[in-house]
This record gives sequence, structure tokens and C-alpha cells, in this order.
Amino acid sequence: MKIKTFSMGGIHPEENKLTHEVPTIVAELPKQAIFPLSQHIGAPAKPVVAKGDKVKVGTLIAEAGGFVSAPIFSSVSGTVFKIDTAIDATGYRKPVIIINVEGDEWEESIDRSNKLELVENHPDLTPEEIVNRIKNAGVVGMGGACFPTFIKLTPPPTAKAECVIINAVECEPYITADYRLMMERSDEILVGLELLMMGAKVTKGYIGIETNKPAAIELLTEKCAKKFSGTKYQVEVVPLKQRYPQGGEKQLVDAVIQRQVPAPPAIPVNVGAIVQNVGTAFAVYEAVMKNKPLFERYTTVTGKKLTNPGNFQVRMGTPMKNLIDACGGMPEGDNKLLAGGPMMGKALTSTEVPICKGTNSVTIISDDEARRKEPQPCIRCAKCVGVCPMGLEPYLLAKLSEVKNWERAESEDITSCIECGSCHYTCPAYRPLLDNIRLGKATVMGIIRSRAAKK
Amino acid sequence: MNFILIAVIVLGTIGLIAAIVLFAASKKFAVYEDPRIAQVGELLPGANCGGCGFPGCSGMADALVKGADAGSLDGLMCPVGGAETMGKVADLLGMAIANTEPMVAVVRCNGTCEHRAKIAEYAGLRTCAAMHACGAGETACGFGCLGCGDCVAACQFGAISINPATGIPEVDDEKCTSCGACVKACPRNIIELRKKGPKNRRVFVSCVNKDKGPAAMKACAVSCIGCGKCEKECPFGAITVENNLAYIDHQKCRLCRKCVAVCPKKAIVAVNFPVSKASTTSMSSTTSSSSETSETSERKEEQA
Amino acid sequence: MGKLIVSLSPHAHSRDSIERNMYGVIIALMPALLASFYFFGLGSVIVTVTSVAACCFFEWAICKYILKKESTLRDGSAIITGLLLAFNLPSNLPIWIILIGALFAIGVAKMTFGGLGNNIFNPALVGRAALLVAFPAQMTTWPKIGQWDTYLDAETGATPLSIVSSAIRTGDVSVLDQLPSSFELFLGSSSGGAGAMGEICGLALLFGLAFMLYNRIITWHIPVSIMGTAFVFSGLLHLANPVYPDPVSVLLTGGLLLGAIFMATDYVTSPMTPKGQLIYGVAIGFLTVVIRNWGAYPEGMSFAILIMNAFTPLINNYVKPKRFGEVAK
Repeated sequence: MKIKTFSMGGIHPEENKLTHEVPTIVAELPKQAIFPLSQHIGAPAKPVVAKGDKVKVGTLIAEAGGFVSAPIFSSVSGTVFKIDTAIDATGYRKPVIIINVEGDEWEESIDRSNKLELVENHPDLTPEEIVNRIKNAGVVGMGGACFPTFIKLTPPPTAKAECVIINAVECEPYITADYRLMMERSDEILVGLELLMMGAKVTKGYIGIETNKPAAIELLTEKCAKKFSGTKYQVEVVPLKQRYPQGGEKQLVDAVIQRQVPAPPAIPVNVGAIVQNVGTAFAVYEAVMKNKPLFERYTTVTGKKLTNPGNFQVRMGTPMKNLIDACGGMPEGDNKLLAGGPMMGKALTSTEVPICKGTNSVTIISDDEARRKEPQPCIRCAKCVGVCPMGLEPYLLAKLSEVKNWERAESEDITSCIECGSCHYTCPAYRPLLDNIRLGKATVMGIIRSRAAKK
Repeated sequence: MNFILIAVIVLGTIGLIAAIVLFAASKKFAVYEDPRIAQVGELLPGANCGGCGFPGCSGMADALVKGADAGSLDGLMCPVGGAETMGKVADLLGMAIANTEPMVAVVRCNGTCEHRAKIAEYAGLRTCAAMHACGAGETACGFGCLGCGDCVAACQFGAISINPATGIPEVDDEKCTSCGACVKACPRNIIELRKKGPKNRRVFVSCVNKDKGPAAMKACAVSCIGCGKCEKECPFGAITVENNLAYIDHQKCRLCRKCVAVCPKKAIVAVNFPVSKASTTSMSSTTSSSSETSETSERKEEQA
Repeated sequence: MGKLIVSLSPHAHSRDSIERNMYGVIIALMPALLASFYFFGLGSVIVTVTSVAACCFFEWAICKYILKKESTLRDGSAIITGLLLAFNLPSNLPIWIILIGALFAIGVAKMTFGGLGNNIFNPALVGRAALLVAFPAQMTTWPKIGQWDTYLDAETGATPLSIVSSAIRTGDVSVLDQLPSSFELFLGSSSGGAGAMGEICGLALLFGLAFMLYNRIITWHIPVSIMGTAFVFSGLLHLANPVYPDPVSVLLTGGLLLGAIFMATDYVTSPMTPKGQLIYGVAIGFLTVVIRNWGAYPEGMSFAILIMNAFTPLINNYVKPKRFGEVAK
């Protein structure tokens, strides 16, 4: 059988999955936990605690600040130290809640046992109830984009969901958090998938996994067959050819069900697919079956020069520094500290930045690899056009942004760019293509919004 | 004979048809243009420099006439022709111009290399816009100048340049036409158009940091921490503190410089005041100590 | 702890570089270079060395004394231009003519436009075209192969293309019998064969193509579309009137392979999108056959490429790749 993948462009970066076979360990509790109020796409959450308040693990500390928003729960027990600003993953000071940790006392409503809860034992669960619990537990997309999950499960009336696709691609180099989660918590993930399918009122499910994770493919195929055969659900594990950016929603939908999502504002559900990360499926399981809100996640801490890279089950709000120290400390010399992988991760200026809902990895790139080479003139080799997974012309878009020709940039579909960085990765002249395109895209989006506002 | 006749008839017919077509086309595609646009256009310098923000002088003339019809010429200013030209235009259009006071671009950041410690190294595209999108930049200040010179690139008149010693842009008062291109280009809204002031004398808060005191203090030696001392000191009510940041209203400021003396962080800068005068008043502390940049810029501006 | 470095994503790079691509092309040119040394001996060595050295010198001198910027010699593109220019010349060409050609190639066609990445026309071809117009006699007499120790005094002979050309002009099919067999053309080993230095051995050129495709220096679109079009179009002509040569010998004679593999695929002067590259290749193949059969010159490849170089910006402007998720209209 031909192994599936998406239809255009793509690159094959060096994998560097250093921590593939390193079992996950539970990270130590921090002394102080920092909770940015904006850990998701949409309106920042609104604090509901004040300085000096006592909180437990799982206590609501900030409620959703709008429709597209998500509540935030404390991951530690202790006292609210202050509500202040601190540098978060955006690189700017943003409002945060800081909690001094005292002990480890959990809210009683949370089921802390390891017993697998099956949907069959809860016949009273309705789709609405599932979506509601997901919403109230603050679950957002765990792959990095952090879009509130309940919104994805309730598509606009113009679109009809047909299937749920679990994104277990993990195409970014270095990151192995999703892989470890699949190997260690596969039963829970499948229950999570079942809940997602119930919530979205579909019976078809896919799990897309790249072929560099054969053990996960085998394990999940076997478990799926056991769990879903004879039920109304049809779940299929789809092995995918290794190619970046396969984990991009649009690319994944294309790879798994061969449907292409049209240009924005269309979203995957317009072609019938709801894409959820494996981490999200696990979070959904915990939220719905264990009543445990989202305050813990799997995170990879990795880098070629780290002495002891590893995978962690970590409470959110833990400063990255704690995890890096657990891996042997920051390497000597100049480093690039990334929240996320090397292709789409965000470079940070401080090791005090906390782990958030979307921090799937802390990657440290050292020495030469941390610096970009001096850009040279474009030699028009067309390699960027060849690798663009959206069928765009990066060289042209970058040039148009540089000369601020926004009308032309818009007509050349700059807003379709998914910022995967394939063009920049492949450019033999080391041109900062994506830097320019990203600025141009932001400007053009602004122009489009203001035009829409005028009408 | 016959030969000549044919030529005449053929040419005449062609001429007639062409005339009819041209006449029909000119009627059908006629565009009414306000005669005032051409008149205003003649008053403008005709340099098509784009300093006004419109594509050339005809674009500006169009905007001026439309503005007059809408009842206001606010925000329209020919930087090259200046007040004189604008006065003539206003006369022609029967309008009064509210604001012909000379303005100048002012860079409100004093975060030089020695005032602001670098905590990181930026290795991407060297424009302010890209660096701004990347995070706070190379220092801990998320509001201050990034020093890549987007404003310099935006200036059509060569009036703004990065001082290599400080890494902060400086405006040449003589060349600045207050067109506002640099204000738009700066991703952090550091540059502001302020009243040029008598003898180019100005007092302003050279900081736009809205962080709370401790954070701002940590990020930069000359940051405004929003303590409010200047607000209390100002006898004219020109200073307001909002979001941990003081702002001096240049319409109300009378250049008394009392605020300069009380600012504990030397974030308020007075430029182009004679040094001798300053030494007699409490100004001395500002000019002598940390705000070396304002001194150098003063000297430069005096030379110019 | 050292400094933290920040930039926007991505933070990884393929470590591909201009140098890697350029030196890759140079390696791909090596089989053809060795073949030219083998067939033309001393003369070809002198012409190649002169041409490469002159191109590099002019690039260095123009950067240093006229543009006053850092020399771009290191990227290797001047070496490629020098090699390709030499490949287009007869091996008995005097040194001073080669110098003029190199000056045209680098000085006029490349550096006046701003150097690598900005030129509209392929520099080596411009150099050749200039020499062809300025020195028609020297540029159309081709030494025979197998003269190891001759340079300026090499014995010249008729190229396969001139045989074809005279057959078409006279309408006499029997002239075509003088053509070497296709196999000989492919190896370049026909006794008494003659031609430009680089185009003599088809096999060596195909080795170069395979190397470049394998290393992903170029894609298949341009060479395949040129060869395919030339083959089909000349095949139809041959069927209609046998005075036109058969398609296999069309492919193997003259500079068609050299042009299709190394000249038309020049990054800077070829279109950016796969679709555009196909259009470009088809047009070059077509124009080459047209010029060869009905033009004044026996060889049409270089002019066909130059003509299509001029159309490249237009193709880039109008031929867009299919966008992801775009609904076919």
C-alpha cells in the first residue's frame, strides 16, 4: 500500500528525536508557579483570585474572558503571591498570576486514581455534556496553537463534521512528547477520541501517525481494533510518510482524507474534518472522565548539547529553568531557547518563562545552529516555490512585503501562508523569507480587517 | 484628376469617422474633475515628494479639495511648502487652517547601550518590525527603541539617522518636515510629532515604557516608572501619568523645566536650552549626569 | 551561561547554500570538460583555462573597482559562466577573442544588472552571441576532433549541423548520408566530427544531468520539456519531409543537450514555477528546431534560450502555481 502524505511541497528536516525512548518522568513541583492569563488564542482569561487567596491543585484561578477564550486552573496548592506581569512565550511582559507553592493538596472533585474509566460505564453522557465539560476544564489544542477545543467541536451551522482526525504526526524535529504519551497512555487517548467523536456527533475517526514511529502505529492499531471493532465507531490508524509540515491542520486533512481545505477563512470542518492533537485527546479524557481540569501536560526538554534530555509530565506554570536544570542545566556558550520545536517554536529571552498549555517542548539549540547565516542575494533557484506546502511563491511574497506592496501581496494569497518555515529552511541564500512574509501577512490581515470593519 | 478625387474622398471619410468616434468617446467617457483640484495643484510645490503621505502633489490636491468639502483640512500638511503654501491653499478653498504651528518628530526613547543592558542577541531580519514581532528585542524593555532604523528607511528627507554611539535615532530639526512617515514606520510608536518650540526648545518624556515601576526600573536606567512626581510638580497641568507612564502635553507645556529636575530617573529630557542658564537652575542635574545623549544631541542641533 | 539568541522561526536550516549548488553544477560539468579535453586536446585546455580565468578576473575586478563591494567570486558562478562560455567556443579560438567574450559575459550581461541573481540573460550565452556577431568567421569554423597537440592551427571541418543545414538549403536528402550515426554522435567519437568544445559528447552531458537531478540542484522540468519538444516537433517534420533530419540526431547534434541541461536551467534566468518551466522548455525546444531548420544560423539553441530568457519575467508574472485548496475553475 502506498503510504499517504499531503499533496504539495514539504521538506524533510533532520529528525533529532533524541528522547524517543526516554520514558516520561514526573517533574518536581516548582517553588513558585506562574500562570499567564493568555495561554490560548482569543481573549485573555480574567482572574478570579486575589493576592493572599489560598488555592488547591485544580482551583479555578481565572475564568474565560470571552467566547473564544478558556479558563485557567491552578496546578499547585498554595497562596496567590501577586497578580503582576511577567515575560511569557510572546517575549513581552503580560499579565500573570503568581502562586507560591505550599504542599500538594488537590481539589476533592478530581479523581486521582489510575483506573481507566470507560464511556460504557457512563451511559448518561450526552454530547452536550461532553462539550460542556471540555469547555469548563479549559481544554485547548495541545499541539501549540492553543485554540479552545470546545469551539472546534461545535462547528458553524454552515459546516458539517464527518470525522475526527487525531494529529499524532509530531513532524517537528526534536519533539517526542506526543510519542511518549501514545506509548504510555494509549488507552486513555482512545477513550478521549471516543469522547471527541461523541461530542462532535460523528462515528468516523482517524489517527495520523508518521512512519518514524512504528511502535506507536502498531500499538494503536492493535488497541483500536480491540476497542472499536463491533461498535458503531470506525477508527483507522493512518501511517503517513515522514514529511514536514504534516502536522499542520490543512496538510493533515489532505494527507488523511485527501480533501483540501480552501483558502482562509475556511477551516478544516468546512471539508468535514475536526483535527485534534493526541495531547488534546488525553486532556479531554481527563477532563470528562476524571473531572481533572487542564493543568498538567507532557513536555519534551531537548537539545543536542543538553546532558540529559528527557520527557516530563509537568504542572503548568513551572518555569522552564526548573526543567532545564533537571536535564543537566543550560549548556555552555550561546544558545537559542525555544518554546516548541525548531521549525515553528518561539525563541525566548528568559528561562523563567513558564510551561503553558501549548508548550509541547523546550528545545535548546546551541552554537552555530543557533545563529543564522548572513543572507545573500536571491539566485531565483525556485526551491522555495517547490517546498511551499500551500502552493505559494515565497520569494515573491517576501519581496512584496519588503517593498510594502500590500495590494499585490494580497492578490498573491499571502494570507494563505501557514508560516511553516519550509521556504526559509530550504533557501540556499539564507534569505529571511518567512520573517518578511510574516510581517506582510500581518499587515495584509490588518488591511483586510479594517476594510471589513468599514463596510 | 480621378486619382486626386479618390484620395480626397478616402482621407475625408477616414477623418470624419475618426472625428465621430472621438466625439462619442469623449462624451461617453467624460469625467468631471473639480477645477479647484488643478488650482490647488498649481499652488503646491510640484515636487511629488510624497512627504504629505499622498502619491504626489495631485493626490494631495485631490485630498485637500475633498477635505475642504468635508469641512476640515486637519491632518493635511504639505511639509515642503509649509505654512505659507497651506495658507494660500486655505485661502483658495475658503478655509481656515487650525494648526500651522511647526512640528517636529521626537524620538521618545533614551535606552542607549549604556542605559539598557542587553539580555539577548537578535539574529533575524534586521528591521524593527521583524524584531518587534519576535518579542521584546535584545533588551528587557518591551517598549523601547529597537534601533534597526525602520524610521530612517521611511524618512524621505534624510532627517533621521541612527547615532552609532547610542544606537538610537536622532532627528535633524532643520531637515524634518513633520510628515509623520517615521511615526507610522515605528512599530513601537516611540516617535511623536511635537511642537517645534521656540528656538527648537522642547521638554518631553523620553520613554514610552508602560511596565510597572520595578520592571521598568530593571529594564532601563532612564525609564519612566510612573511615580507621578512630575505630575505634581507641573504648574500648568501639562503632565498626566497613565499606565505607569508620564506624558507631557506639548500644547500646555510652557518649558519651565521643573519636571526635569524632579524626575528621579532622568526620563524627562529638555533639549536646546542653553547650558549656562541650566547651570543656575536645578537643570544641572539632568544635563551633567546620566542623560548624555540629550547633551550630544543638543550640541549637534546647535551646530546645525 | 552565554547569551540567549532570539529570532523568528524557523530556527533550523537545511544547510544548503549557493556555493553547494554552484559547485554542484561545476562537478556536473566535469565529464563534459574531460570529454572536450579528450577530443580537442591542447586547444581545449587553453580555451577553457583562458575563459574561466578571464571570467573570474572580470568579476573580481568589477566588484572591486567599479561596484566597490565585496567580491562575489567565492560563490562559483563566475567559474560556471567561464566553463559554459568555453564549451560554446571552437577550440582554436585566439585568446584575445575569448577575453572579449568573457568581458561581454561577465561585464555586460551579469554585472551591469547587479550581479548574480539580477541578470536577465544567461551570461555565457550573451558572450557567445556577441562573439558570433563580431567574429562570424572564427566562430563558425570548427576544429575536427582528435588533434591532441594543436591550438590555433587545428584543422577544421564540417559540423553535423552544417551538414544538416546544407541538406535543407539544397533540398538534397542524400547530403544527410554524411551525418555520423546516432551512436557516434552520442559518444562524440565520429571520425572527422567537429563542433564546439562542450557539445561533442552527449553521454558526458547526460552524466552531468543525472548528477544534478540526483543532488536536487535542478528539477527535471526544463531539460525534459526541451528535449521532448525538440524530439516530437522535429520528428513530425522528418515524417513530413525526410530532408529534415531525424529526431534522434536532432537531439544529439549541436548544443541541444548542452543547452537543455546546463544553459536553460540557469537558476537566475529561468522561470520560478514548475508550470512556467514547462512552458519555457517547450518554447525553447520549438524555437530551436525552427531556427535550425529555417534560420540563417545552423545552430538555434543559444538564440532560443536568449529569446525565452526575455520572456521569463512575463512567465513569472502570469504563470502561478496551483494554490493549496484552490478549486479548479
